[in-house]
Amino acid sequence: MLYALCFLLFMIGLYCAVVKKNMVKIVVGILIMEYAVNLFLVMLGYRHGGIAPIIDKSHLESQAALNNFVSSSVDPLPQALVLTAIVISLGSLALMISLCIRTYEKYGTFDITEIRRLRG
Amino acid sequence: MQGMTIIVKTISSWVKVLIVLFGIYIILFGHLTPGGGFAGGVILASSYVLLMLAFGGEFVKKDLPLSLVSKLDCLGAFMFIMIAILGLVFGGTFFVNFLVDKYGQPLHLLSAGTIPFSNIAIGLKVGASLFLVIFSLSTCCKAGELDSH
Amino acid sequence: MTIFYILMIFIVIASLIAVETTDLLSSVICIGAMGFGVSLVFLFLRAPDIAITQIVVEVLGLIILIRATISRDLTFISGDKEFFGTVVSVAIIFVIFLAGLRVFETLPEFGTAIFTQVPNAASQTYISQGLEKTGAANLVASVILDYRAYDTLGEATVLFTSILGATVLLRRKAKNTPETLQPVSES
Repeated sequence: MLYALCFLLFMIGLYCAVVKKNMVKIVVGILIMEYAVNLFLVMLGYRHGGIAPIIDKSHLESQAALNNFVSSSVDPLPQALVLTAIVISLGSLALMISLCIRTYEKYGTFDITEIRRLRG
Repeated sequence: MQGMTIIVKTISSWVKVLIVLFGIYIILFGHLTPGGGFAGGVILASSYVLLMLAFGGEFVKKDLPLSLVSKLDCLGAFMFIMIAILGLVFGGTFFVNFLVDKYGQPLHLLSAGTIPFSNIAIGLKVGASLFLVIFSLSTCCKAGELDSH
Repeated sequence: MTIFYILMIFIVIASLIAVETTDLLSSVICIGAMGFGVSLVFLFLRAPDIAITQIVVEVLGLIILIRATISRDLTFISGDKEFFGTVVSVAIIFVIFLAGLRVFETLPEFGTAIFTQVPNAASQTYISQGLEKTGAANLVASVILDYRAYDTLGEATVLFTSILGATVLLRRKAKNTPETLQPVSES
């Protein structure tokens, strides 16, 4: 059920990116899609009653504590992949917004149908 | 873009020191506590964004020239590649952790081989890149300047 | 478990407001609210690294977005509404959503550790041998900087390229206009 909510978020972002005519709204739609994908990837690695994948001094005291950690920690692999994905989304947001600003300076509007008609 | 009132300027020059300190802490302790190079680099960039919002773009350009920031950016990327190539030279495979178990002990600050150096390189690179792009966005065109037709 | 449902419904409602409102500044502020909600969900999913990164990236992203929308044409009134195109797009997206729900029923339940049910999962090796092989106490840092360092190199390259593109696009004026370039003398 939680996966379905993530997928619903992705579909809302897709609708915004496809249907809207304002350029900044299209960028907002792409951002919503990125949030949905990051959420879904981290949700795949969750475990009920899990603990964060960081080893403490208290885990190194005995072998039983270490076994307890190994059997109850959440998955660190999706977290590592999502960490880089979040920073890349900031870089691509900067590039998209600079495109929007340059287009606004040249044509005077954010509307994509106007830009199509002002060709030439 | 111009700066803000005198209260904002005074407070932000104190808070900037705390933000830079916090960013350096997150980068250096990246292999022991949550954080790492990416979060610390973004925090370092945001300290200079605070300065830019409070004092204006011209002050920050005099304070930290853009050529120095570009050089820091390239230095970060270069350090990261050098760690990878030194892994090839000393360890046999690209990017292998060739300093593991050579110094320090686990759960202390000096440990984990090449991971702290990689964290510092990544933090420098991400921080310098994000500062460059936000500075270019703020000073490219005046907000409120209308279209030319 | 209920905290996840509350936060996810909050995020979905904020995204609906961000999509439908006509004021650009309101939709940007709703994106900010969504980002904070996502960071809280990451915290409850036991991922503190990602929660820290999401909060600071969210704040910088808000600054970039507000820079683009402030004092531009804030309220946007479209000319003709294009009713037919909107209805077809919504219908197609609804069909894809229903088809996707059938796929999600084949996934394991939320909360069962998927990586323990797959034989030879890489995550089991990372968790059990991460500390002695790499010496780092933070397992996520050992994954991104030792086991999967090549992906970090790719990420640094992508960030470098996108920031380079954005900085070149935002340059004030060209360095060499055609009048200042000296013509190459033919000899």
